[in-house]
Amino acid sequence: MSPRPLRLRKISNPPIISGFKPYGNKKTEDESGTVFLQIEEYEALRLCDYNMFNHHQASETMDISRPTLTRIYARARQKIAEALVLGKQIIIEGGKIYFDSEWFSCSSCGCYFNNPEKQEEIKECPLCKSNNFSNYEQTYIEPEESMTRCSDICICPNCGFEQPHRFGCPCKEEICPKCHHNMVRKGTPHSRNF
Amino acid sequence: MKVAITSTGNSVQSNLDQRFGRCGFFIIYDTETKGMEFIPNPNKDAQEGAGPASVQLVASRNVQKIISGEFGIKIKSLLDSLKIQMIVFKEPEKTIGEIINMLNS
Repeated sequence: MSPRPLRLRKISNPPIISGFKPYGNKKTEDESGTVFLQIEEYEALRLCDYNMFNHHQASETMDISRPTLTRIYARARQKIAEALVLGKQIIIEGGKIYFDSEWFSCSSCGCYFNNPEKQEEIKECPLCKSNNFSNYEQTYIEPEESMTRCSDICICPNCGFEQPHRFGCPCKEEICPKCHHNMVRKGTPHSRNF
Repeated sequence: MKVAITSTGNSVQSNLDQRFGRCGFFIIYDTETKGMEFIPNPNKDAQEGAGPASVQLVASRNVQKIISGEFGIKIKSLLDSLKIQMIVFKEPEKTIGEIINMLNS
């Protein structure tokens, strides 16, 4: 039986370079060999280590499941470590991917447009030059669905306020609405003191 | 900067074509020199693969933006990887002249 087909990984921008070459190597290129880093592995590394996303946030950006992202990320680190230790060159190519970008809608002229350069922010509508545009969500995900996937509770260590934990958002980044203190996960050793 | 606009005919009075792959004409407009180039679409009556073939034609002219009524599912990811901006403008009544005026204003 053939395995289940891979889910397409969403890539925001292709890498600006196509690889790395080792420097100061005694051996020739053919002897040391090459590591082929897939574009999806590059993207996982970019999201997790460069943008400092956690695996859950990165997996939503790439439109794959969290365990899949963790596997891709582990593979990326393994390959880069291999290249560094054995002095291999890295070539970034391949992978089951598709490209996607953010979409905006302009309320002055009624057009829709995307942003192919993720790094540069859009300042005006490319058609009518107005700045009455807003983000246009093509695939809007119900927030309820992702919020109820976990039954944990965030608790405020200062005033004891409790709220349901939002999946993928670290408790310590949540702010208590009453006393504006950072919250912690209820039931962990850290929160038992309260 | 070059902008591609899909058109139903080969004049400034023609309307914006609502399809990308099977539009009548491509108009390559240069915003710096104000020059225009009309290219008849060879893929107008293609059975399949009109979109990617049209992307190839337009990309060979080094355009940075494409204005059309709609883009097919095959083209979106292709244009994203080529870093060409898509502008979806769903107003079939607009003429090419009006759109060029909007770009210049």
